[in-house]
Amino acid sequence: MIKRRAPIRDHQAEAALFASRSIVALVVVIAVFAGLLFNMYHLQVLQHEQYQTRSNDNRIKVVPLAPNRGLIYDRRGRILAENRPVLSLEIIPERVPDLADTLRRLTELLELTEQQLAQFEENRRRERRFDQVSVLERLTEQQAARFAVRQHEFPGVSIEARLIRHYPHGEALTHALGYVAKINRNDVQRLRANQQDANYAATRTIGKLGIERFYEEQLHGNVGSQQIEVDIRGRAVRTLSVQPPIPGQDLILELDLELQQYVYDLLGDMRGSIILMDPRDGAIRAMVSKPSFDPNWFVQGISNEQYRSLLNSRHSPLLNRSTQGGYPPASTIKPHLAVLALEQGIITPQSKIWDPGWFEIKGVDHRYRDWLSWGHGWVDVDTAIVESCDTFYYDIALQMGIDTISEHMMQYGFGELTGIDIHEEAAAVMPTRGWKRARFNQPWYAGETVSIGIGQSYWTSTPIQLAVATATLINRGVRPVPRLLRSISDGHVELPAVVEQKPPVVIKNQANWDVAIRAMNRVVSSIKGTAHRAFNGASFTSGGKTGTAQVRSIAQGETYNAEEIEEQYRDNAMYMGYAPAVNPEIIIMIAVENAGGGGSVAAPLARQILDYYFALEAAHANL
Amino acid sequence: MQTSEERQRNRWLQRLRLDGPLLCGLLALAAISAVTVFSASGQDWAMTERQLIRIGLAFVVMLAVAQVPLDTIQRFSLPIFSAGVVLLLGVLLFGESSKGAQRWLNLGIVTIQPSELMKLAVPMAIAWFISQQPLPARKRRLAAAFLLLMIPTLMIANQPDLGTSLLIASSGIFVVFLAGISWRLIAFFAVLVGSFVPILWSFLMRDYQRQRVLTFLDPERDPLGAGYQIIQSKIAIGSGGIEGKGWLQGTQSQLEFLPERHTDFIFSVYSEEFGLLGVILLLVVYGFVVVRGMQIAMRAQRVYQKLLAGSLTLTFFIYVLVNIGMVSGLLPVVGVPLPLISYGGTSMVTLMAGFGLLMAIATNKRLVMHS
Repeated sequence: MIKRRAPIRDHQAEAALFASRSIVALVVVIAVFAGLLFNMYHLQVLQHEQYQTRSNDNRIKVVPLAPNRGLIYDRRGRILAENRPVLSLEIIPERVPDLADTLRRLTELLELTEQQLAQFEENRRRERRFDQVSVLERLTEQQAARFAVRQHEFPGVSIEARLIRHYPHGEALTHALGYVAKINRNDVQRLRANQQDANYAATRTIGKLGIERFYEEQLHGNVGSQQIEVDIRGRAVRTLSVQPPIPGQDLILELDLELQQYVYDLLGDMRGSIILMDPRDGAIRAMVSKPSFDPNWFVQGISNEQYRSLLNSRHSPLLNRSTQGGYPPASTIKPHLAVLALEQGIITPQSKIWDPGWFEIKGVDHRYRDWLSWGHGWVDVDTAIVESCDTFYYDIALQMGIDTISEHMMQYGFGELTGIDIHEEAAAVMPTRGWKRARFNQPWYAGETVSIGIGQSYWTSTPIQLAVATATLINRGVRPVPRLLRSISDGHVELPAVVEQKPPVVIKNQANWDVAIRAMNRVVSSIKGTAHRAFNGASFTSGGKTGTAQVRSIAQGETYNAEEIEEQYRDNAMYMGYAPAVNPEIIIMIAVENAGGGGSVAAPLARQILDYYFALEAAHANL
Repeated sequence: MQTSEERQRNRWLQRLRLDGPLLCGLLALAAISAVTVFSASGQDWAMTERQLIRIGLAFVVMLAVAQVPLDTIQRFSLPIFSAGVVLLLGVLLFGESSKGAQRWLNLGIVTIQPSELMKLAVPMAIAWFISQQPLPARKRRLAAAFLLLMIPTLMIANQPDLGTSLLIASSGIFVVFLAGISWRLIAFFAVLVGSFVPILWSFLMRDYQRQRVLTFLDPERDPLGAGYQIIQSKIAIGSGGIEGKGWLQGTQSQLEFLPERHTDFIFSVYSEEFGLLGVILLLVVYGFVVVRGMQIAMRAQRVYQKLLAGSLTLTFFIYVLVNIGMVSGLLPVVGVPLPLISYGGTSMVTLMAGFGLLMAIATNKRLVMHS
C-alpha cells in the first residue's frame, strides 16, 4: 500500500477501498448466515428425532395410579376394613424453596403439634422415592379451608384427596385382620425381589399383619397409569391418556363380627386367647387375643413413642396369643393321650388303676401329685377324663414313653404350624429326646415323661393348635386347616376359599374315638364332670375338657417384674369344648393367663360364649 | 402512472428522511417480534401490548434521529463519546447494582444505562476520528483509534457486561476494518489474540469463568445447572423440526421448560414453533436489512458517513450472530438479545436510534444527488 503523507482526499479511491472492504464484510456475513443456517438444519432436521424425544420426555410424565384396596367383610357382609376419603396435606420437599421456613409457617397456620412435625420428619425419612410426603394425614375442614386461601404462599405444598384404610372396629379384630402401614425399606426390597415394585409405584401402604398381610396380593390390585403433560414445575397441564387401575379384590371372612366383639368384650381385662372354629371345615368364627391395640394407629403412621410402649409392654399386646402364644396344653390333651393309650394296648376301656392322690416312679423317691390330694380311688379311662385324674395319665404316659407320645401327638399338629391364613404363627414345642438334646444338651428323663402326661413339662402349644387337635379328635381323625377366609370377590364373581385338610390321624380301632368323645361329653353332662357346673342348664348339648396349667413363665418365655411374681405363678385357665355333643358345629378354645382353674374360670366363659353363639345363630336363622 | 406514484411515495418517504427498503425490513422484524413475544410470554396480552408500545416508541426515536442533520451528528461525535465516558465513570463510582452487575446511573430524574449510549457513541467517535484523515488510515491513527475504543470497552466489561462490551468493541473494530487496516495487521492481531487465549485461560480467568466455558463446550456436563438453559434451548429448536410445532404450540416454551424465553432465548421459541422454514424467513429478513445497510454505507458520500453506516450495520449483524449462535449452542451464553425481536425496551431503542442514523445517511445522500 502506498503511504500518503499529505491529507489530500482521493474520493474515488476511498470509495473503492470502502466498497471492497464492504464486499468482504458482506461475503463473511453471508458465509456466517449460511453457517448458522446449516447448524439449524443440523438441529432441526438431522437431530430432530432425538430432540423430539427429549422434548416429550420433558413434558410427558407417566403418573402411576394407585388401585383401591379391596374391602374386608365378615361372614354376614359387615365391613371390617374400609377405605375412607381424607384430605391430606402433602409436601414435595424438592419443590419447596425453604423447607424449614415453610414448615414454620404451616405450623403457624394449621397449628401443627410437635408430634405431627416429628411425624413428618419420620415420614420423610421413610418415603422411599422423591415423592409427596404427608404432613397432616387428615385435615379438618377448617384446616383445609385455611390452607386453601393461602396456598399460593406455599409452593410445593398441596392438599390431596386420598383414601386411607380404616378399621371401624378397632382393637377387637386387630390380630386376625392385621393392618396396613407405610411401605418401608424392607417392603421395597421384598417387592423388588418379587418384581412387584412397579405395581406398587403409586401405593403408599402395604399389609403388615394378619389378613391384610397374608392376602396382600389379592387386596392390592393392579396399578394404573396416566400420561399427563406437565409444565416445568411438574404441574399437570392436561391428561393425555389414562389406563385405569384395577382395584383389589374384596375378602369375605369366616369371622362373625358380633361374636368376635362379644368375645372381645367378655374377656375384659383378662389376658389370653379365645378361638371359635367350625370343626368340619376349619372356618374361624372368632379369634381374639388380648390385650390388643388399635390398628388405626399404624395406618396413620405410629409414633416411635407409641410403638415403643406397645413393644415394651409387659403384657405383649403385639403378640397374637391365638397363633403365637405357647401355652402348656395341660389337661386339655388328656382325651388325645387316652386314645393313644387305648391304641397302644396299654389300657382297655375297662382297665382301672388305683389313685392314692399321687404317683411315684418305682425306685425314685419323688411323688407326682394329683390335683385331688386325697385321690380319685379306682379310675378307668372315662373317669380319668371326666374328673381329670392326673395319676392315671402319669402312669400311662410313663408306660408309653416320650417317643410314642411325641410321634402320635404330632399327628394332631402339635409342634407344627397349623397353616392358618395369617403369617404370624408359631409352631410351639412338642418335645422329643432329640429336641431336648439340641435345646439343652441333656438326655430325656423319665420324670419329664410323667409331666408330659398332664400336658406340662416342655410341651407347649398355641390355642389354634389345640383347637385343631380338638377338631381332629371329634372328627375321628380328620384334621382341618384353620381358615379365616370365606371367599374372595371381585365385585362380580365370588370365589370360595379352598377348604384344606392335613393328613388324618389314622387308628386301628375306631371305637377308641368313641371312648374319648363319650368321656368328653360327660365332662359336661356328668355330675362329676369338671365342666358340669359351668354348663348346667344349657340349652345345647356339648362336650369339652378343662385344663389348669401351672406356669413358671408366661407364653413366650418373657420374665415378669419382681412385684408381679405372685400373679405370674397363678395358673392358666384352659377350656376346649365343642357343641352340640352330636355332630358338633363349633369348637371353642379358651386360654386365659394367670386366671385360675379351667373348670372355675375358663369353662364358665365358654358357656357364656356358646350361649351367645347359639342365640346368634338362631337369630340369623330366623331372618 | 406507476413510476410517478412510486416517485410520489419516494418523495413522501424522502420528506420523512426514511429509506423504504430498510423500513420494510424493520417493520417485518417488528411484526415477527409482536407475534413471537405473545407466544413466548405465555399469551400474555399485557406484555405483548407493552412490547408493541416499545416498538412504536423505538420507531418514533428512529424517525427523530433521522431528522438530525448529519453535520451536527458528525460535529458532536467526540463530545457525545466524552460525555459517555464520564457517565461510565459515574457508573463505576456511584452506579446502582442489579442482578450482580453495576450498569445503571441514577441522575435524580432518570436512571440511565450509559453503556447503551456508547453503542452509538463509539462507532460515531471512531468514525469521526478516522475520517479526519483520508483512507486508508495510517497505523498510528489506527493505534490511537484502538486505544480510544479500549476505554469504554474495558469499563463496560468491568461492570460486568460482557455482551455489551463485546458489541461495542466490535462496532469500533468494524470501523477500523472498513477504514482499510492492512491485512497484514489483521493477521498480526489474529495471531496475537490467538496466543493470548492460553494466557487468559490459565492466568486471568477465574474458576467460575472457566467452568462457564467448559459448560459451553459441553452443556451436558452440567444439565441441571449452567448447561440447563442451552440444553433446553437446543431441545426447543431441534424438536421444532422443519415446519415447527405451530404458533402457541411449542411445548418447551408454553410449558416453561425454556428459561428466558421472551428475552434472550426468544429465538428458541420462534424456532420451536415455526421450524426451519420460519428460521429461513427470519434470516432472510435479517440478511436483507444487513445488505441494505451496507448498500447505504457504500452509497454514502462522506467517509464519516460510510464508516458509521457500515459499523452500525455490521454491529447489528453481530447482534444476530451472537444471539442465534448462543441459543443454538455455537457460542457461549453472554446475554445478548435477538435484535428487534426480544422483549425489552432499552436495546431496541438504541438499535432503532442507530437505524435512525442509517436513515439519515441514506436520505442525505439522495438529497445531494437530486439537487
